[in-house]
Amino acid sequence: MAQQLTIFVENRPGRIKSVSDILMANNLNIWAFAIQDRGEFGLIKVVVDRPEQARLALADHGFACALKDVLAVTAPDKPGNLDRLTTALLNSNVNIADAYGFVTPNDRQGMCFLEIKNAQEVNLEEVVTAAGFTIVKDEDLYEV
Amino acid sequence: MIWKEDIETMPLEDLKNIQSERLAALAKYVYKNCPVYKTKFDDAGVRPEDIKSIDDITKLPFTTKIDMRDHYPFGLFSRPRTDLVEIHVSSGTTGNPTLVGYTRDDIALWSDVMARTLCCAGAEPDDTIQIAYGYGLFTGGLGFHYGALEMGLTIIPTSSGQTKRQLRIMQDFSPRILACTPSYALYMVEEAKEMGLDPKASSWEIGVFGAEPWSESIRAEIESEWNMLATDVYGLSEIIGPGVSQECHYKDGLHIYSDVFYPEIIDPETGRAVAEGEDGELVITTLTKQGIPLIRYRTRDIVSMTAKPCRCGRTSPRTSKIKGRTDDMIVVRGINVFPSQIEHVLLGIDGTHPHYQIIIDRQAHKLDSVDIMVEVDERIFSDEIKKMRELEARIRDEIQAVLSVGVNVKLVEPKTIQRSEGKSKRVIDKRSL
Repeated sequence: MAQQLTIFVENRPGRIKSVSDILMANNLNIWAFAIQDRGEFGLIKVVVDRPEQARLALADHGFACALKDVLAVTAPDKPGNLDRLTTALLNSNVNIADAYGFVTPNDRQGMCFLEIKNAQEVNLEEVVTAAGFTIVKDEDLYEV
Repeated sequence: MIWKEDIETMPLEDLKNIQSERLAALAKYVYKNCPVYKTKFDDAGVRPEDIKSIDDITKLPFTTKIDMRDHYPFGLFSRPRTDLVEIHVSSGTTGNPTLVGYTRDDIALWSDVMARTLCCAGAEPDDTIQIAYGYGLFTGGLGFHYGALEMGLTIIPTSSGQTKRQLRIMQDFSPRILACTPSYALYMVEEAKEMGLDPKASSWEIGVFGAEPWSESIRAEIESEWNMLATDVYGLSEIIGPGVSQECHYKDGLHIYSDVFYPEIIDPETGRAVAEGEDGELVITTLTKQGIPLIRYRTRDIVSMTAKPCRCGRTSPRTSKIKGRTDDMIVVRGINVFPSQIEHVLLGIDGTHPHYQIIIDRQAHKLDSVDIMVEVDERIFSDEIKKMRELEARIRDEIQAVLSVGVNVKLVEPKTIQRSEGKSKRVIDKRSL
């Protein structure tokens, strides 16, 4: 399963850069990121090619951060695909805690990362593939 | 007027005789009735019979806040609980709160010293007083209440808060005396202006302000904004509550009622008396209290004292305003706050010991704000915004429950709170007190 690194940052100028600086210094490649704002502080969520290395590098610089399994799903960029995915997840009682997605313009592939609350209770791979979507394999995301 | 003219203007020689008699009786009383004091006396190698004059007081051991805490609830009392007619509790530094209790005679003493206080501030028996100190476990409200009752004033017991209502009541009943914390007096200026009132036209002519340290510049501001005389009152619940000392209209030091609360100024390091006029820790012995009399109680307040009689005619010594503390106590909106209380709460959160910093600020004419910055370390960090919000709320609620003061909690990144010599600076007080 894909892993997302969540980083605690205060909401003040330069904090995103301080994270990206460390990722760059360690030659880490970012697949996706999202930022949640909560006034005084925010959470930066990133998916990178070497999650554990990123975590250690950030922790070394004093960041509070955590790794979490997320569901990485791809689908062709077509109208209705997100709805089909959410319908399939709903039918299997999958509880989505957070999600972010994007489309790669060149090959028109949609990609989304989902944090699932009850990941243990459901066979996510089965649900997602049965609905006609693909779960991104670890070897495609990570340098092994 | 002077409430107890015979005592308050008594020649120093006579005053000393009274103090000596009372101290000798007190030493016997606590030795007989309070096992904790008996042990303390025995450990110090002093017998009650050794105490013949007030000058012998230095033979007696000190009493500290730690004694109050260690012998919670009733260990330091010299009377059984059934003799008490009222108790007050304030939050302690850590763990146990501070308990004080009053016998019927103690309440009479409190009423007397508070009547002296109100008179000293300039109240006359026909006056109306608005008491905007909190009523309840905090001694402020009830202390003023008893004194005003003793004096025969008309009391408006508004307690603290509900500012618009306070101001409407002031307009309707024209009290000449206002009793509250100095920061609340300033806070009410803005509210009054918002309501379209002219603070300078208020009925209040005399303010009796205390329960928190305040400066001459705050005094000047209150006096010019409200067009009133602002006087300083001092007290602490361990001794009696408000009513230990009070400024007269000359505003040249606080008259301490030394016939009942004997003051000493000591060097907090050596425990020895400092020269007259020098700064030191105020130590008080309650000469006549019954329920929980205290021998040489270390207030931890730094003041200076002069024995020179005042122009007003009172002969008791006068202390300066509080110049500082020997510990890290801070006073916020009249409530005593110790950083260790906050530390205690944080220790209880997931067993970790996060770094924190307390920032106290006072915007012009606003109540003090308390911001507590807490570093988020790996152990308390959650990758969900909702959980972080819950953590923030939990820290805030638990701290508020312990301190009885509203606080804001801000989560900050690890290592962002300044460390000085390995120990972080816990409190930043931005108020101009």
